[in-house]
Formats: sequence, structure tokens, C-alpha cells
Amino acid sequence: MQLDHRIPSGPLTEKWDRFRFETKLVNPANKRKFDIIVVGTGLAGASASATLGELGYNVKTFCIQDSPRRAHSIAAQGGINAAKNYPNDGDSIWRLFYDTVKGGDFRAREANVYRLAQISNQIIDQCVAQGVPFAREYGGLLTNRSFGGAQVSRTFYARGQTGQQLLLGAYSALMRQVKAGKVTLFPRSEMMDLVVIDGQARGIVTRNLITGAIESHTAHAVVLATGGYGNAYYLSTNAMASNVTATWRAYKRGACFANPCFVQIHPTCIPVHGTYQSKLTLMSESLRNDGRVWVPSKKGDQRRPAEIPESERDFYLEKKYPSFGNLVPRDVASRNAKEQCDAGKGVGETGLAVYLDFADAIKRLGEESIRRKYGNLFHMYEKITGQDPIKEPMTIYPAVHYTMGGLWVDYHLMSTVPGLYVLGEANFSDHGANRLGASALMQGLADGYFVLPATIGAHFATATLPKIDTNHVAFTEAKKTVHERIQTLLSINGKRTADDFHRELGHLLWDHCGMARNEAGLKKALHNLPELKKKFWSDLKVTGSGAELNQTLERAGRVADFIEFAEIMILDALAREESCGCHFREESQTEEHEAKRQDDTFSHVSAWQYQGEGQTPLLHKEPLVFDNVKLSQRSYK
Amino acid sequence: MSLINLTLRIWRQSGPEAQGAFHTYESGPISTSMSFLEMLDVLNERLILSGEEAVAFDHDCREGICGMCGSVVNGKPHGPEQKTTLCQLHMRHFKDGDTLVIEPFRSRAFKLVKDLIVDRSAFDAIIAEGGYVSVNTGGTPDANTIPIPNPTAEQALDAAECIGCGACVAACPNASAMLFVGAKVSHLSLLPQGQPERNQRALAMVKKMDKLGFGNCGNEKRCEKACPKGISISNIARLNREFMKAVLFSNEK
Ligand SMILES: Cc1cc2nc3c(=O)[nH]c(=O)nc-3n(C[C@H](O)[C@H](O)[C@H](O)COP(=O)(O)OP(=O)(O)OC[C@H]3O[C@@H](n4cnc5c(N)ncnc54)[C@H](O)[C@@H]3O)c2cc1C
Ligand code: FES
Repeated sequence: MQLDHRIPSGPLTEKWDRFRFETKLVNPANKRKFDIIVVGTGLAGASASATLGELGYNVKTFCIQDSPRRAHSIAAQGGINAAKNYPNDGDSIWRLFYDTVKGGDFRAREANVYRLAQISNQIIDQCVAQGVPFAREYGGLLTNRSFGGAQVSRTFYARGQTGQQLLLGAYSALMRQVKAGKVTLFPRSEMMDLVVIDGQARGIVTRNLITGAIESHTAHAVVLATGGYGNAYYLSTNAMASNVTATWRAYKRGACFANPCFVQIHPTCIPVHGTYQSKLTLMSESLRNDGRVWVPSKKGDQRRPAEIPESERDFYLEKKYPSFGNLVPRDVASRNAKEQCDAGKGVGETGLAVYLDFADAIKRLGEESIRRKYGNLFHMYEKITGQDPIKEPMTIYPAVHYTMGGLWVDYHLMSTVPGLYVLGEANFSDHGANRLGASALMQGLADGYFVLPATIGAHFATATLPKIDTNHVAFTEAKKTVHERIQTLLSINGKRTADDFHRELGHLLWDHCGMARNEAGLKKALHNLPELKKKFWSDLKVTGSGAELNQTLERAGRVADFIEFAEIMILDALAREESCGCHFREESQTEEHEAKRQDDTFSHVSAWQYQGEGQTPLLHKEPLVFDNVKLSQRSYK
Repeated sequence: MSLINLTLRIWRQSGPEAQGAFHTYESGPISTSMSFLEMLDVLNERLILSGEEAVAFDHDCREGICGMCGSVVNGKPHGPEQKTTLCQLHMRHFKDGDTLVIEPFRSRAFKLVKDLIVDRSAFDAIIAEGGYVSVNTGGTPDANTIPIPNPTAEQALDAAECIGCGACVAACPNASAMLFVGAKVSHLSLLPQGQPERNQRALAMVKKMDKLGFGNCGNEKRCEKACPKGISISNIARLNREFMKAVLFSNEK
């Protein structure tokens, strides 16, 4: 198989325009003849569904939650980037493009990222027109803040709940199309399989989460906007239902999975405090605008933070990276926190935490101003830990947060299965080996509002899509497989819960495929995985039946897929013998312990192709070509 | 951190038509730094291993923002802490030996699905009637074209913070959805972008709300107390004004 990225020719700045001009259009009257399935109602799925509906397509939209408004995107806190340059501090489309490519450690496609930066400004216009209440200056104009990996202020926000406000905007546009009859909603539905007919994605099989019914849905194209797979690690900042099932089933039907080992570990999360813990809570990176990160200079210092004088505090980020200081990119901040804790300078009950201190900012700007900026984050922190960050520094530790890897897509956002498009966190596209803060919201909305609606027409205008119905053997076969799998899960009747297996998988991945990776560890994890899988399928306990609402069964199905998926994550981490962005291979580091890329050998996208049960997947490489930026070893010093 | 033991009386009902009843469970030792939902997780793990079905409850973000979780605990939607969703309620607020009565958000407009899960799709149906600004994607003016005074934007955001959990409806003796509808109508009517459809929006959303079986506001103010986001009851007053104005002064029907 040849990976064709379908990047238009011509200068970088003209590619997107040229593409839109050269692409065949679907006549407005014909659009209503096409049915599109969109799985997911986060920023990517909701914005895509709404826009496709507005254009006249028939859209069927699916999500796991009881309402599309509850998708995981709702939890995003800090903000969304755009190259508006409202603060007049030197920003431009080119700079946003450059920062994003560099932030991703030169492992993303130039053309995709440039398009993203171009579209970023339209997104803000669109959201404001919808009534998204972004933060404003006293003069009434929009205000910005800074995020990691950038030296300009380009992040738009709505207090600490930007994701909520953006998603409610997209959801409102979606509900308008529901009312207009252009979008049909299927909430509480889980996609269980992709249906491919004559090499084209033509539908999905879902489980109705209320009745348990296994249902078939046909379409002329299928769009996955099902989010990231961070929950493979059990503990992460993702919502509980976030899963790999949809993308994994698509992989097994022929869609290549790209860069699965690129997982972002976010530096500022509330530390783990017990085995019963079900998820980790993010404290937005925006806090690093005003918070200073430090640990005691002495190992094992047990004093309370207030008792440690300034001279005995190690502000290690400011010291090591004077020009970016506390605002270094996430991967750098996380690795440094780990390094401090590994050196015995960690704080808190477990020693796996560092301080994030607002005392100086409060002195400088006043308590009131700090509360106004971060009030709800402080509130959340206090609820969970019982401590007030105004009085005492926060304790934070890195946690799994975002997955840059995902299904491989070309410039059209189409996967290796024709007619299957992938948007948002579910694809691998724009963030390379590390995503900069406030760029996921930008990408999800760019994909959904602007990119897909412009590219999907090309498929309809050129592909031959004969009429099919749900009686097609591909549907009945897929339904049967789904049904049998559910029956198997229910009949094992062993002694361990799905959560218990999930925790075990999480430990395995965190220990060997987490913040730092090495060959021996990865090989060990790869060796242990089949045993875990075997135990899962012989000792799992699921109560209840398949013909009703059964959350125990839902979870078991998702854990089963995470276990299978873990294999390609580890294989990918093993194959990539360089360090880049979030992927830190201990064998490949500079003398100062920074990630060392190996551009000669690894300047490519790794795309894994399924080869059948028990077979090692096939690795394809899409070379990355940089004509517009000069590759450099990232430096934030 | 310390450990407490609780008695849990939980509403169990296998489906909308089935007969429901309270079942009593001993919690076993519970760490006070657990969240309420983690306490239910621990119970469920034990139930599953003993062959009993887990207690069904809705949840997703566990950060107090998706609006998916919610049960009535000892008579209070989302439990005893003010401005706190159930997922953000921590066990340190309970004492050893406490009995907790846990039941679903009951309301005639929210049909029970299973155990603690109810059907809140009526909220989506109300939003579909007009909880939006009718702009298509593309062709919108530069975001800074219309300045909006900071206090107005902040006020709109106060209203827009609603997470649609339904606690207001569960708390109201009349099962009114006025706080939910008031929050959305306020958010949009405060902003310049929401002006063109202001009248139509208020009329259509209120009409749908009535049709779906939500009751009238009796000014009991229990919704405001139960709201995990602290949405102010002044949004109901604004909804009433918007509605009256629309009835009196507009041609919309
Ligand atoms: C706590 C937190 C804070 C964040 N803050 C920021 C920030 O400030 N700025 C930023 O840019 N990014 C932020 N991010 C990242 C960003 O929120 C996500 O990457 C982004 O929202 C993902 O959007 P999405 O549309 O791709 O998917 P999601 O929002 O994850 O939506 C996935 C959708 O797919 C559905 N789905 C999944 N699987 C299935 C299935 N099998 N069947 C049917 N439906 C399915 C779900 O129901 C859901 O509707 C944050 C992330 C977290 C966890
Ligand atoms: S689980 Fe999302 S608000 Fe409680």
C-alpha cells in the first residue's frame, strides 16, 4: 500500500486556496442525495455535523452520552489559539504555523499545519457570531492570554471553561440543524464496527446503550470524530467514556493507525492519591502564566512549603530555560517534573508532586485579580484536595492527557479506507510528536467547521457509490461478530472486573510506555501483554445481559479494545528509536537530557496496517518534507 | 485521609416500567478523599464480583462540567454541598456511620431509564427550538467588529455556565425548567448577536417547555440552591421579562 497524502502542489501559503478552487463541487441540489454518518459530538463532530447539515447533506450523528453537549470536549479549560494578532505583539499566521510545527518537534506535515493556522482566525469569528462569550477587555474587545511554547499572547478563552463554551456553541448549531431536519441524532449509541463495502466505508454497526439492540446504519461516507485514546492508561484527564473502540474497529477494517506512541503527558494535574482513583484532574496550563514551579533544593525536605525560604527553593524551569521559564512546552515541563521527583526532591504524601506557587503573582497583581483569572480552577482544586491555592502552593504532577497519534489521514482528512474521514483528536494530523496548549480546540473546530465540509464533496463527486441497504452481507456479518463478542464477554464468568484489568493495563503502559521509554522496558511490556489479554478473556466477570442498559458490559468492551490496541502503541514506541516531543527514548538524549531527534532516520509518520488476528501489523512510513521551516533541535533556553 | 463506613440506601429499578425499590448496602471502609462516584465505583466492584448487577448511574467528565452525573442524596440534588456536582462531592463531607439515601432525579418530564439514570432529552428538545443564533458556518464578520462591554460578556457567561444537569428540575416541587431555559435565553439576549431572534427564541423555548410537561415556576427558589453552577434565579426574572415583551410587542406567534 502506498500512502498518498494528497497535499496540493504550489507554495505553502496557496495550497488551501488552490485546493478549494481545484476540487470538484457537489451541486447544492445533489447534496441532499448524500447521507453522512458522523460518530462523535465533541468539537470536531458537532461542528462537522452542523456545517454538513447547513450545506444540505443528510447527517446522522452518534454519541455515547445522553446528549451531544456532554462530549469530552466540554472539559477543556484553558483556551483556543488563533493568529489574530489582536494584542499587536508580533503574531501572524506564519508564526502560529511555525510554533505549532516546532512545538510538535518537526513530526507534523507542513501543509496541514499551515492550513490550520490560516483557518484559526475564521474559527474565532464563527464562535463570536454564535454568541460564545469569550473574555473581553474593558473596552469591549476580545482579550488573550499566553500558553506554553509561544512567546505571543494568542489564546482566546472563556474563564477556565473554554471547551464548554465552544462546545455549547457547536452544539447549538447542531441542534439548529436537528430542528431543520438535516441532522438526526442518535445519543446513547456506541459504534461497534465499521462497515466497508467494495473498499468504501458505507456504514456502521452500533449498540443502542438503552435497549442493547445492535443496529445497522448506512451512508455514503463515515466520519469518525471519536476523540483520543488516553484512557488506555486507565488514569488520565479524559472523560470516563473516552475510548479507542471506534478507531480500533476502523483499524481492523483497514484504516492505518499513525504514530500511536505519541501520547502527551500534561505537566499540571492533581497528583494521584489512592488506588480507588478513577481519573486525574487537569489544572489548566494557563496557570503557568502566573504560577511558578518549584521543589525544595534539598532532597527529602519534609518542611511545609511556607517554611522553606526562597533561597532553598529550586525554581528549576526558570533556571534551566530562562527565555521560556515556566511556559516551556508540556513535554519539557513534564519530563523535568519527573526528573526532580526521581531525584528525590518531589513533595506531597507520595513524593510524586512539585509545587505550583501563586504567591508572587498575588503580591504583584493582588488576590482579587488572580481569583478572577483562575477562580474556578482554584475552586475545583480545593474541592478535590481540600486546600486553597491562595494560601498554599498547589501540588501538581504530570498525567496522561492527549493523544497526538490517531488514524492516519491525508490532506482531505480521509483515512486509508476511502470514504472514511477522521477528525479532531481521533486523527493524527497536526500536532506531530507534541501538541501545544490551546491547539486541540483549534484543530477540532478547523476540521469540523471548515476542512471536512470543503473536502468531503471531492469524494462524492468522484467515487462510485452504488445503492446499498442494511441487508447487505457486510452488515449482517458485522452485526453477527458484534453480537458474538458480547455473548463471549458475558459468558466468561470469571473472578475479575473490567476495571481491575484496566488498572493492570494502565500500570503496564505507564511504567514502560509512559514519560520515558527504553528498549528493555518496551520489550517487557510487549512480552506481558498477551498474558494480560489471555487472563482478560478467561477471568473476566460481567453481570447482567446484553439486552438492556449495562454499563459493566460497555466498560468490558472498551477495555478489551484498549488491551488489543496497547500492542501497536508499544510496537510504535519500539520502532521509533529516536526521542521526539513527548516520545522520550532514553537511548536518544542530548548531554543535557533533552530529547534528541534523529532526522535522518525518523523524519516520517509511522502508519500501522492491520494484518489479521495474531499477525504483526505492517509499518508504512510517510516521509515528512520540510521546505519552509528549518529543522532545529528545539530549544526553549 | 481517614476511613468511614456508611449505610447506603439506593434506588434500584431495572427499567422504566419495572417496580423500583430502595436496597440497602453497607459501604465498607471508604476513604474520605474519595469522590462520591468513586465510592459508588467501589460498591459496584463488590456487587459485580458477588454476581449482582452494578448500580447504574450516569457520569462522564467527573470534573463538574459535562452535566452527566446527578442523583438526589438525602433529599438534595447533587448532595449536601452547595455549588457542587455529585462527581465533585468528596466523602470528607460525610461522617462515619451516616446513612445516605440515594435516588434518581425524579420529575414527570424526566422518565426513569434504570436505577439512578433518567432521560433528560427534553432539554435538548428545548434548545432545538431556539437556543442558538441562526448563523451558518462562514461569512461571519471579524470577531472584534462589535465591542461588547466586559460586564455584559461576563454576565452572559454567568448564564452560559449552565451544564444542563437537570438538578433545578429535580429540586423544584413543580418540576419547572425555568432556570435552565432562563439561563439560555439570558445568555443570548444579553449579547448583541442574540438580538435578531430574541422574541422568537423566548416564545418558542417557553412553548416547548410547557409542552414537554415541565411545570410553572412557583418562586420557591429551590432550583438556585440546587444548581451546581450557581446559576442565579435572576435569569428566571429575565426570562419572564423577555417572554412578556415578546408576547406584547412582537408579531411572532
Ligand atoms: C481536561 C482537559 C482540558 C483540556 N483543555 C484544552 C484546552 O484548554 N485547549 C485545547 O486546545 N485543548 C484542550 N484539551 C484537549 C481537547 O479538549 C480535546 O483534544 C478535544 O476536545 C477533542 O475533541 P474531539 O471532538 O476530537 O473529541 P471528544 O470531545 O473527545 O468527543 C468524542 C465524541 O465521540 C463520541 N464517541 C467516542 N467513541 C464513540 C463510539 N465508540 N461510539 C459512538 N460515539 C463515540 C463521544 O460520545 C463524543 O461525543 C483538553 C483536554 C482535557 C482532557
Ligand atoms: S460527571 Fe460530568 S459533571 Fe459530574
